[in-house]
Amino acid sequence: MKGMTIIVKKVTQIIAGVIFLYGLYITIQGHLSPGGGFAGGTIIAGSFILLVLAFGNDVLGLVKKEIRSSFIEALGIFLFILTASGAIILSFYLNYDKIFFKNFLTKGVPGEIVSAGFIPLLNIFIGMEVAAALFTLFLAFVIKSEEKEEKKK
Amino acid sequence: MEILLIVLFILMIAGAIYALEAKDLLSAVVSYGIVGFGLVICFLLLQAPDLAIVQIVVETITLIIMIAVVLNTTREEIKDKVPQSMIVYAVLGLIFMFGFIYFFILSLNGLSEFGKHATRMATEYIQGGVKGSGSINLVTGVVLDYRGYDTLGEITILFTAVIGVLTVLRSRGRKKE
Repeated sequence: MKGMTIIVKKVTQIIAGVIFLYGLYITIQGHLSPGGGFAGGTIIAGSFILLVLAFGNDVLGLVKKEIRSSFIEALGIFLFILTASGAIILSFYLNYDKIFFKNFLTKGVPGEIVSAGFIPLLNIFIGMEVAAALFTLFLAFVIKSEEKEEKKK
Repeated sequence: MEILLIVLFILMIAGAIYALEAKDLLSAVVSYGIVGFGLVICFLLLQAPDLAIVQIVVETITLIIMIAVVLNTTREEIKDKVPQSMIVYAVLGLIFMFGFIYFFILSLNGLSEFGKHATRMATEYIQGGVKGSGSINLVTGVVLDYRGYDTLGEITILFTAVIGVLTVLRSRGRKKE
């Protein structure tokens, strides 16, 4: 996949990091302000898609990216289920009720950044999963069209 | 505000109809974007910023992916033959349309007024949600605490969709034709 002109590359260098940080902000502040894992994850995926579109890459590099992002996607959904069943796992050692999706951490003061038990953790894992999933979808289409062009040559 | 919403709805319906009828697939995709971004403004007017943020970013990413697909495959629509018995289809469509409208109007009478609909569970969530889940943003509290199973299902759907796409588009490890 060919990259774009020098203007696009320069602007992308400046903007992509800001978009990535904004996605992290929306994900982490999900329990305080509008947003959450889905929106933040999609914004993070958007910053990576912007980088790939602007700078381009060869098929080998894209395949390497795809393997890593699909690994992160699987890791995200695994950590989500692990956190959701945390109360069941911990009930073997501590005195917890065996309930799926029980908020087993302390809730803290509502309104602080570390509060609401495991809700921020779940937001972060959903963000990982959604960002990696959308990026993997995009990479799959790009790799397919690249391989078609290589066959033509 | 309701007049503004009705104008937006008419614009969205017009965009959807144009997307169906357009000869060029790229212009069909772009006019399909009218539906999504009109929906964003509707969500903002109805005071649902959570949904508006999700809708605007997902719409942008899907537009990018769809435009990439259209540019990489074809820009022309596949031409189907016009079926012989158009009158039968038209009459059947009209019958179903009026049937649906009739039942829609019947069910509208049972609903409460616009903007004042709150069921018993919703009132419970609004009053005790912050204390129960500990998060100030009530939507996140409901989505990840009271309705955790729904979120688990949503991300499972996304995971399964990605696995399906990777399986269909895979070319590594396949025998050469």
